[in-house]
Amino acid sequence: MLKTEELQINIGPQHPSTHGVFRMIVTVDGETITDLKPVFGYLHRNHEQIAEQNTYLQNMPYTDRLDYFNSMANNQAYAMAVEQLVGIEVPERAEYLRVMMVELTRILNHAGALGFLINDMGMWQTQLAFGMREREKILDLFESASGARLMCNYFRFGGVVRDLPPDFIPRLKELLQAMPAFVDELERLLRENEILMQRAEGIGILPRDLALAYSVSGPVLRGSGIPYDVRKAQPYSVYDRFDFDVPVGTVGDVYDRFLVRIEEMRQSRRILEQVLEQLPDAQGGHINPKARQNVRPPVGDVYARIESPKGELGFYLVSDGSGKPYRYKVRAPSFINLTPLGDMCRGYKVADVVVILGSIDIVMGEVDR
Amino acid sequence: MPRLDAAELRERMARDLPGAVLEVVPLQVAAAPPHGPQPGAFMTSDTLVAPSRLVEAACYLRDLLGYAYLSDIAVVDYLADDLFELVYRFYHVEGGEGLTLKVRIPRDHPEVPSLTPAWPGANFHEREAFDLYGIVFVGHPFLRRIYMWDEFEGFPMRKDFPKQGDKYIGADE
Repeated sequence: MLKTEELQINIGPQHPSTHGVFRMIVTVDGETITDLKPVFGYLHRNHEQIAEQNTYLQNMPYTDRLDYFNSMANNQAYAMAVEQLVGIEVPERAEYLRVMMVELTRILNHAGALGFLINDMGMWQTQLAFGMREREKILDLFESASGARLMCNYFRFGGVVRDLPPDFIPRLKELLQAMPAFVDELERLLRENEILMQRAEGIGILPRDLALAYSVSGPVLRGSGIPYDVRKAQPYSVYDRFDFDVPVGTVGDVYDRFLVRIEEMRQSRRILEQVLEQLPDAQGGHINPKARQNVRPPVGDVYARIESPKGELGFYLVSDGSGKPYRYKVRAPSFINLTPLGDMCRGYKVADVVVILGSIDIVMGEVDR
Repeated sequence: MPRLDAAELRERMARDLPGAVLEVVPLQVAAAPPHGPQPGAFMTSDTLVAPSRLVEAACYLRDLLGYAYLSDIAVVDYLADDLFELVYRFYHVEGGEGLTLKVRIPRDHPEVPSLTPAWPGANFHEREAFDLYGIVFVGHPFLRRIYMWDEFEGFPMRKDFPKQGDKYIGADE
C-alpha cells in the first residue's frame, strides 16, 4: 500500500463556479475530500447596520441588493414585516399582484439556477442559454411593471408602487402558454442526459434527519424529502387560496434538488394561472391609499418570513418608536443553506464540489450581506 | 398542525422545567431621542429563558414538543438597558406558528451556552453573532469570525461601535 498524504487546496475566492467571491478550503486525500471549510465575507458590507441608519422606506430598495436574482421576493418579506409592525392592511388586488411577481421570480430563479448548475458540470452553454432566454422574458415583464429589470423596488407598505401596465396581462398569458413546452424541453434535455446522471445521482447526499438538524430550507430541504414550504406551513398573503403541490425528493442528492426545482417551476405556473383567474374579482387597488410610507411603528418587534425561491427568507425588526429600525436582521436562506456544505461534500471527489455547491443555489449578495 | 402559543409554552415550561422561565422585565429600547416622542417601554410576549438553561429549554422544544426546525438566531443590542438579547426561533416541521425563546445576557459579560453541539444548524448563526456582536458561545466547536477578517478589532453591529472614522483606511499613508 502506497503511503498517501493529505493535501489542502483552495477553491476560490476567484473561481468561475463559485457563483461570486466564495472560497472553500478543501482537504483532500488523493481525489477524495476529507474536509471542507467554506470561507466568505468578501462581499460583506454590513447591510444590517446600514439599514439601521436608513428610514424604513429607504430600506425597500436596499433589500433588492440582498439576493439580486429575486428582488421581488426580498421586497415582499420586508414589506410584510413592516406591515405587521405598523398594522397596515393590504388590499386584495395588491396581494395578488405580489404573489404574481414572486411566483414569476421563482420561475426566473430556478431557470437560472438550473442553467448555472449544468454549466458547472461542464456541459457548456446550451442549457444556460435556455434558462437565460426564459429569464429574459420574465425580466422584460418586470421592467414593464416596475421600471427595472433586476432591482425592481416594486413593493411599498400596503401594496405595490403602481398598477400593471395595460399590456402586462396579455404578455403574461402568452408567457404562461409557452412555459410548459420550455420546462418539458429543459427536463427532456437533462433528465436522461448521461453527463448529468453521472454527476448528479448519488452525489452530495443530505439525509432527511441531517437536513432538518442543519436548518436548511427551500429546495435543499425539500430535496431531502421534507415537505416544508412556508407557503403551506404558515400561509401568508393569499397563498391559502391556491391549489398547488409541494414537490419533494427521496434521496436528497443533487439530482433530487434538481428535480424539485423543475417541478416547482410547474407549480409556480399553476399558481400564476389561478392568480390570473382570480385577479379580476379582487377587491381594492394596487395599494392601500391610507398607508403612509414614512412609517413610525410603535415600539415592538416582529418576524415575518416568506418562501423565497432559495428558502425561508425572514426579516426580524425591532422598533424603538422612531422612523428608523432599531434592529434589522435578515435571515438569509442561502447563508444558512451553506452550513451543511462540509458534510455534503465529505467522501466525494474534488470535481463534485462545484456541482454540490451549485445545487444549493447560493447568491453571495445574500450570504455575505 | 400543532398549535401552541407563547402563554401555553410558558405554562408548560414552568411545569416541566422549573426555574428556566424568567419574568419579563420591560426594556427601555433606546435612550430618549433629542426630539420627537419619547420611546416607550418594550414588553415582549415571548418566553424569556435563563441563559444557563437555554440548551435544556431548546431540547425540550425539539424533543418533547416537536419544534425541530431552528429557523433563526438574532441578537439585539439594548444599549440603554445594558444587555444583549438573543432571539431563538423554532418551528414545527408540520407547519404553524413558531415559538420564540429569548435570552438576556449582560453586555460586559456576553456568554451563553452554544446550541451547535446539539443543533448543527446553529453553527453559522452563532458565528455571525460572535463576529458582529462579540457574543461568546461556550462549547461552540469553531467560534471564529465569519464575515470580518480575523484580525479585525471590535464588533461592528454593537450600538456603541464608532460609525465614523476607520483605522483600516489610510493606515499606510
